[in-house]
Amino acid sequence: MKGLADLYLQQLKTGVASIVQYRATLVIWLIGNILEPLIYLVVWSTVARSTGGTVGGYGAGDFAAYYIVLMLVNQVTFTWVMYEFDYRIREGTFSADLLHPVHPIHADIAENLSSKAVSLPFIVVAAAGLAAIFHPAFKLSLLAAAAFVPALVLAFLVRFLVDWMVALAAFWTTRVTAINQIHYMAVLFFSGQIAPLTVLPRPLQVVANILPFRWTIGFPVELALGRLTPIQVLTGFAAQAAWLLAAALLLKLAWRVSVKRYSAVGA
Amino acid sequence: MGAEPVIRLRELKKTYVVSEREPGLRAALAGLVHRRKSEVRAVDGISFDLVPGEIVGFLGPNGAGKTTTLKMLSGLLHPTSGELSVLSYVPWKRDPAFLRQITLVMGQRNQLIWDIPPADSFELNRAIYRIPPADYRRTLDELVALLEIEPLLGKPVRNLSLGERMKCEIAAALLHSPAVVFLDEPTIGLDVTMQRRIRTFIAEYSRRHGATVLLTSHYMADVEALCKRVIVIHHGLLLFDGELAALVQRFTADKTIVVQLKDCAADLRAYGEVLSCEDGRTTLRVPKAETARVTGRILAEFPVIDLTVEDPPIEEVIERVFAQGAA
Repeated sequence: MKGLADLYLQQLKTGVASIVQYRATLVIWLIGNILEPLIYLVVWSTVARSTGGTVGGYGAGDFAAYYIVLMLVNQVTFTWVMYEFDYRIREGTFSADLLHPVHPIHADIAENLSSKAVSLPFIVVAAAGLAAIFHPAFKLSLLAAAAFVPALVLAFLVRFLVDWMVALAAFWTTRVTAINQIHYMAVLFFSGQIAPLTVLPRPLQVVANILPFRWTIGFPVELALGRLTPIQVLTGFAAQAAWLLAAALLLKLAWRVSVKRYSAVGA
Repeated sequence: MGAEPVIRLRELKKTYVVSEREPGLRAALAGLVHRRKSEVRAVDGISFDLVPGEIVGFLGPNGAGKTTTLKMLSGLLHPTSGELSVLSYVPWKRDPAFLRQITLVMGQRNQLIWDIPPADSFELNRAIYRIPPADYRRTLDELVALLEIEPLLGKPVRNLSLGERMKCEIAAALLHSPAVVFLDEPTIGLDVTMQRRIRTFIAEYSRRHGATVLLTSHYMADVEALCKRVIVIHHGLLLFDGELAALVQRFTADKTIVVQLKDCAADLRAYGEVLSCEDGRTTLRVPKAETARVTGRILAEFPVIDLTVEDPPIEEVIERVFAQGAA
C-alpha cells in the first residue's frame, strides 16, 4: 500500500510537470468542457421560457443550476483513455507499460488526477462566472452536500473503469474511433448530459437507469441540486456500488483476455 | 558451464497468423466476409541456455526472429510452443517479481517521459520498481558516473541528442539493477564514440552486477568487444551457438594474406585471388588449407618486406553465415 501511494505521488508529480508543458492542449480541453454544458444550458433555458415555465420539472433557473453543476461533475469524472489507448497500441508504446511490475491502470488514474488538479481551478472560476450570468436556482441542503462528495468519487471510479474497459477495444480492432464515437453518444444521451433524464421519455429513463452512465454524471448532479428523495439517493449509491463492482470484475476479465491476445498476435 | 542456466529455451516456437488479401476493391469486399489467413513462423524451434554473468551476442539478419525471441524472453509475447524459463519464471505470466529482475532496452523505443527531465523519469521508475531509497541513490550515482550523464539530468528529454537520450534510457532501464538484461540494438544510430562508451558501460555493468546480457546489434564492433559467445539465427532457426572465434573458423574457408613488396610490379595472381594492390601492398585471398604453403612460396620467391595472415573481417564472416543460412 505504501508502495502504491508512493507510485501515485510520483505519477502525480510527473503528470503535472508534463501537463503544464502543454498549455494549449489544456486550454482546448477546458473550452470544450465549458462550452458543451453552456450550449445545453442556453438551449434548455430558452425552451423552458418559451413553454412558459418548466420542462420535465425544470425551470430556466433550474437548468442553469443543473448545467453549472454538471460542468463541474463532468470535469471531475471525464477521461480520455480511449484516445490514449488507441495511440499506445498503434505506436507500440504499450509494451513498455506491460514490462512494468505494476498494473498500468494506476498510471492512467494518476495522470487523469494530475490533469484534473491543474484544470479544476479554471472550471470552478468558469462555473462562478456562469452562475453570475445565468442566475441558477440552487437549493442547498447539508445532506445533499455531504452525500455529494462520496457520490462524485464513486462516479469518477465507475466512469474511469468503464472507459478503460471500452478502451481495451484497441487490442481487438484498429477501428477504435467508431467504437469511441458510439460510446461517446451513449454517454451524452444516457448520462443526463444532453438533457436532464426526467426530460426524456419514460422508456429511455428506464434504459438510463440500467446503464452505468447516469450514475457517473446525472446522479451526482441531481443529488447536489437536492432533486432526489432519500430513497432515490440510496438507490443511486447502490447502483454506483453495483456498477463499481461489476466494472472492476469485468475489467479484470477483459484485461486478461486482451493482454493474452496482445501477446499472441505480436506486441 | 557448471552453473544453473538463467535463461533456458527448448524448441521455442512463435507462429503469427496474418491475414492476407489481394489488392483491389473486389478483394477488399471479399475480405469483409472471409479473410485468408496464413502462418508466419517467426521463431521455429530454437534451444539454448545462458548461464549467470554471460554476455551473449544474438545475431541474425532483419526478420530472423531476434526481436520476437527477446519479446518472448521478456514476457511480452506468448510462445506458440516449446519451453522457456528466465530466472526460473515463465516470462509471459509477467509475475511482478520476475519483471523487477529483468529489463528490455529497445534502441528505437523510449520509456523516458518526453517533456520532463530524465531525473524525474528516474524518480518515477524508483516508485514503479519500489527501489529502496538507499539502493536507488547508490545505483543512480553509479549509473550517472559510468554513463557521464550528470549534466543531462535536469534537461527536458526532448532537448537531448539521440546519444544523450540513449544513455539516459539505459540508465532508466537499469535503475532497478536487473539480473537479466535484454538489449535490442542499443547502439543503433549512435556515433562511433558513443557506441564505444555504451559498449564499455555494458561490460562494466555486467561485471559489477553479475548480470546476464543478451544483446542484438548490427554493429559487429559491439559483438566483438562484448561477446565471447554468439548465437546466430536465421528464418527462425538456430544456425550457430558457440564462441565468436569458432564462428569465424567454421564459416571462413579463406584467409587473407597481405604482402608488402617494393612495388606492384610482381604478379601474384598465380598464388591466390588478388583483392587489391596499392604501393606494393598486395591483398590476397587464399583457401585456409593453402595458407602455409602459399606463404612459404611467396617468402621464398619474392623480396618480401612484410607479410601478415589475417582472418577476414567479422562483417564478412557474418554475411557469409547469413548467406549460407538462406541457401
